[in-house]
Amino acid sequence: MNEENRAVVAETLVHTYGPDESSGVTALAGVDLEIKQGEFVCIIGPNGSGKSTLARHFNALLLPTSGRVLVFGMDTKDERNLWEIRRTAGMVFQNPDNQMVATVVEEDVAFGPENLGIKPEEIRQRVSDALKAVGMEDFSRASPHFLSGGQKQRVAIAGILAMMPSVIVLDEPTAMLDPRGRREVMETLSRLNKEKGITVVHITHHMDEAVHADRVIVMYEGKAVLSGSPAEVFSQTEDLSKWGLDVPFVERLGDMLRKSGYEVSRSALTVEEMVDELCRLRSST
Amino acid sequence: MIRGVIIGQYYPVRSTVHSMDPRAKILIATIFMVILFMGNNFYCFLAMGLFAVIAVLLSKVPWHVVVRTVRPMLFILIFTLALHLFLTPGPVLVRVGPITATWSGLVQGLFIGTRLVILIMFTSLLTLTTSPVELTDGLEDVLRPFSRLGVPHHELAMMMTIALRFIPTLLEEAERIMKAQMARGADFQSGNMLRRARNLAPLLVPLFVSAFRRADELALAMEARCYRGGEGRTRMKKLEMHRADYVGILLVLLASIVVVYLRIKFGPVIQGTV
Amino acid sequence: MPIEIEHVTYDYMPGTPSQVRALDDVCMTIRDGEFLGLIGPTGSGKSTLIQHLNGLLVPTSGRVLIDGLDTRAKGTDLRKLRQKVGLVFQYPEEQVFEETVFEDIAFGPKNLGVLGEEIEARVREAIALVGLPESLLQRSPFELSGGQLRRVALAGVLAMRPEVLVLDEPTAGLDPLGKREILGHIRRLHERGLTVVMVSHNMEDVAKLADRLVVLDHGRIVLDGTPREVFSHGELLESIGLDIPDVTKMMKELRKRGWPVRTDVLTLEEAYEEISGYLAGTKVGGPR
Repeated sequence: MNEENRAVVAETLVHTYGPDESSGVTALAGVDLEIKQGEFVCIIGPNGSGKSTLARHFNALLLPTSGRVLVFGMDTKDERNLWEIRRTAGMVFQNPDNQMVATVVEEDVAFGPENLGIKPEEIRQRVSDALKAVGMEDFSRASPHFLSGGQKQRVAIAGILAMMPSVIVLDEPTAMLDPRGRREVMETLSRLNKEKGITVVHITHHMDEAVHADRVIVMYEGKAVLSGSPAEVFSQTEDLSKWGLDVPFVERLGDMLRKSGYEVSRSALTVEEMVDELCRLRSST
Repeated sequence: MIRGVIIGQYYPVRSTVHSMDPRAKILIATIFMVILFMGNNFYCFLAMGLFAVIAVLLSKVPWHVVVRTVRPMLFILIFTLALHLFLTPGPVLVRVGPITATWSGLVQGLFIGTRLVILIMFTSLLTLTTSPVELTDGLEDVLRPFSRLGVPHHELAMMMTIALRFIPTLLEEAERIMKAQMARGADFQSGNMLRRARNLAPLLVPLFVSAFRRADELALAMEARCYRGGEGRTRMKKLEMHRADYVGILLVLLASIVVVYLRIKFGPVIQGTV
Repeated sequence: MPIEIEHVTYDYMPGTPSQVRALDDVCMTIRDGEFLGLIGPTGSGKSTLIQHLNGLLVPTSGRVLIDGLDTRAKGTDLRKLRQKVGLVFQYPEEQVFEETVFEDIAFGPKNLGVLGEEIEARVREAIALVGLPESLLQRSPFELSGGQLRRVALAGVLAMRPEVLVLDEPTAGLDPLGKREILGHIRRLHERGLTVVMVSHNMEDVAKLADRLVVLDHGRIVLDGTPREVFSHGELLESIGLDIPDVTKMMKELRKRGWPVRTDVLTLEEAYEEISGYLAGTKVGGPR
């Protein structure tokens, strides 16, 4: 694979919080991973597994204690790359309230491009495009305070889009949302990934959000312990529960049926897929 | 309960004054304040009062709303008046026991009082007709020339914006924490002042902890969006001055000439003052 | 100690242009020992309703009787009611403020006038109920993890020895493990005899725990019954923006495709029984 195809690369990435490596707390204990351009990757793992720390390395908010992180070939340790890395790999955080700067939606979306020194006319264009891309164009003059959680997160995503990034890294953006808000955010992300080819790195506790990803990476105790397609990852039911993670209902049902000798495909991960699979099974003989 | 608090006092109607450029309004208000303090007799105030009345009429803000803005200052007004009335030496007006009120005291008190009332009403008109967001944008621009003197114009404006953004959030949070503590039997209403102040700890400590956490997260989010201070930053919104703005500035300049004329012609209302 | 809610209507900012009706003629009774799940989309009035259960809010019209006492009546001692009905808000860890875990858990009982050794006993009892070691008591609450802190906050309410425990989204923002732990403790508290009212938009959680569900939409009760009854109204739930559990969704879909399976199943095991039973019966693709 050539260099341009790799959006984010982490090589034996170690991160230690605290004064020095020996007395500090190790949050990342040697992570190796590669995220391809255009991929939709979900990172799952229990609290304290290092997910958020990892995400913050992707946009140079944190720098490696040892090892290195490359964003489109740019080393995050090289200070000259800092702003280009942050523009290229946008970041959305968990609490929708604590990442909005302005009192008007469109001005919040304009914040990033303004920091980049873009011309006012172009900022206006970008802001309106970005709000359209997340379906929030009717709220451009609204105050963020009156939006729902899901709407706020979509505005936050628009704020990133207006910087024309190639990757969006989202650190548990759905953790504080209700089911409707979660759905809104997930639909927005998958559309951006499919239609605009934006690489998505989505960190979540909700396993059902991971079933549609191209790839799932499991973090545990500072390491990337598992990586593969959702079907591959969720088939490791024993490991997953050992790591304190939920296995989605459909996968568990499939597992029980397989144990009883029914040939249910492992690739059935959603309710719809499982229903199709069961109907196929019924009519197969 | 807390939800009812209105931030700022913006009175949203459409008027010439509302649609003016915030920079022009800030400039006019500043010039107005300067000449208000140049006025040294009641003729000056008459002229300035007239100017203020016209401005209020143009703004379409109802009079009772404008008058209401003076109310919080009423105590200071009365206090100022009393101070001058009793402490200025001069011909005696009334004498009650050891306290004497003087004629010159009355005149001086009324003089200072009138100045204060006009000042409050006119500056209130600025906040009544300009939304906090516009005000912030305007201030950032107006202060820009002073950045060479070390005035952090961008930082000030950014602080104001963030404060405006988070005041409603924090108020809501305060209400939630208060209720949570009341659910644990906390009492915020009874007891004397000292007791009540001490009882605020269960509200204030969590509120501060949360505010600091929010500040931390916001700083991180801003950094992630390439924020690095005012340098090299552009703005999407460009403020534009129109005819009304120039006319307004012209009028206030005219008013200042009139005031200077009146000042020279009639001299100070009280001998020995400026 | 039943809680009776009689024709309760509640308006925010009544008499102003921004008046909002949050509850609209709500009638229900919370019975002793019940585990009641309160569900509804954001803005449906769930939070407003639970604040009526301990007199933090009083109805604009209608009345709430807690153990026969009207929350709106002048003589009612609201603090006493708040002791009987413990209310745990969403993200309760945000209310923690004392220097030690012990002091924070003791805050409630102290406000009730509990003294000396009794406080100590209650704090130890409460921390045990949420499954945290006593060694945490002298620590600063700000050193704890998010999941631990939430349990400390829960202990702070339990230390008042309430008869009814009301929880607003107790699992919000927790990881799966933290979620399972706190739900386990809530289930055990219910088994010890506490009446529990739990607000949640996670259908899977409430389906497993509650023995009665009340669904709110736009301030009105739209459904009230056992989880099986409520989830059988899948279309209605989805139309007001709620997710139905995957189990129910799947059984309904199978039914639509002609499988003679029950649609009122709630657990994975039941679903497995139904599906494998049918497959075994038709003898297709079955075990060889």
